[in-house]
Order: sequence, then C-alpha cells, then structure tokens
Amino acid sequence: MVDLLTIIISKYNYWGYIVLMMIGLYAMIVKKNLVKKIIGMSIFQTAIIFFYVSIGMKKNATIPIISHGHDGGEHAVHAVDFINPLPHVLMLTAIVVSVATLGVALALAIKVYQQYNSLEEDEIDSQIKVK
Amino acid sequence: MIWQLDLIILTFVIFCGIGAITIKDLLGAAILFGAYSFMMSLLWAIMGAVDVSFTEASVGAGVSTVFFVSAVFRTTRRTKD
Repeated sequence: MVDLLTIIISKYNYWGYIVLMMIGLYAMIVKKNLVKKIIGMSIFQTAIIFFYVSIGMKKNATIPIISHGHDGGEHAVHAVDFINPLPHVLMLTAIVVSVATLGVALALAIKVYQQYNSLEEDEIDSQIKVK
Repeated sequence: MIWQLDLIILTFVIFCGIGAITIKDLLGAAILFGAYSFMMSLLWAIMGAVDVSFTEASVGAGVSTVFFVSAVFRTTRRTKD
C-alpha cells in the first residue's frame, strides 16, 4: 500500500499533465467565447508536449550536450549520464506547428467577428438561425 | 532536475492556466496565457530540455502573446465567460 502511494506521488509530473490536459479540454468544450476556446486548444497542446518531455526525463543525468566534443569525440559517451534528447527534438516540431495553428485559428476568429460582430458562440448561432 | 523547483513551477503553470480561462476580460486572458507560456519554458529548462525551452520562450511567450493581443485589438475585449 505504501509502495503504491509512493509510486503515485513520485509521478507528479504525469498528474500535472492530466490536470493541464483536462483544463484545456474543459475550455474547448464549455467556454462560449471563441478566443477562450483557442486558449484552451493551446493549453491542450502544451500539455501533450509536457507529457513527451516528461518521458525523456532521467534522474542523475545532465542536459544532452557533450562538453568535450571539440577533440574529435575520442572519449566514449555514456548514454546513462544524459537526458534522452529524442522527445525534445520531436516536440520542437510540435511547438512550431502549434503556433501556426494558433495564427490560423485567430485569423478565422477575426473573420467571424467581422461577419457577425460578436465572438460569443450563442449570439453567432442565433444570428445564423435568423437568416 | 531539482524536484522542489519543478513542483513549484508546475503549480504556477496550473494556476496560470486556470486563470487564463476563467478571467472575464480577453486582454487579461492573453496576458495570463503569456505568463503560462513563460512558466512552461521555465519548467522545461528545469527538466533539461533547453532547446525546447528556448523555442517556447520565443514562440510561445513572445509570438503567441503578440498574436492574441493583436487579435483582441481587431475584435473586442468583451466576453461572457
């Protein structure tokens, strides 16, 4: 029982990931304002990036930079001493994709505002039904 | 990784996220989202992902906040929830 509790508490990064992901999902589903929905989408994306970076984390390891790389790499590199850099490199792409998604979503929100003069979803819905 | 610092920054991130979606002003939401992104970049620097941290500080906290603020100026600050 104590072992199980220790395991659950020591994985607090994953609990934070779950909380952030649920905040983003709640904002995307429940909030009526379009900009709030877009903020929720961004929080959701950063939560997933956070999960992937947490996977690559390692205890008693340093950042993945070889400090003696200038001598042609004659020394052997122990992978145990370095944090796994593969999830980081994958998530760099995800960050760039997320800012592109954000730009497109905000441009669409501005077009919706010019058309219906409102950012609230229920007001836009009622205007669509009148037409 | 220093786990005390990691836990404190993670709490800041969660509170900034909750604040960004509950505040009843879109400009305030944009600023709180910028704070959220900055805290996230600090978290990644602590977790050893320095390249991700650089990119998040420039793209997430910089460009995203500019996008949100300009979008709020082109539309309206009013929000119901």
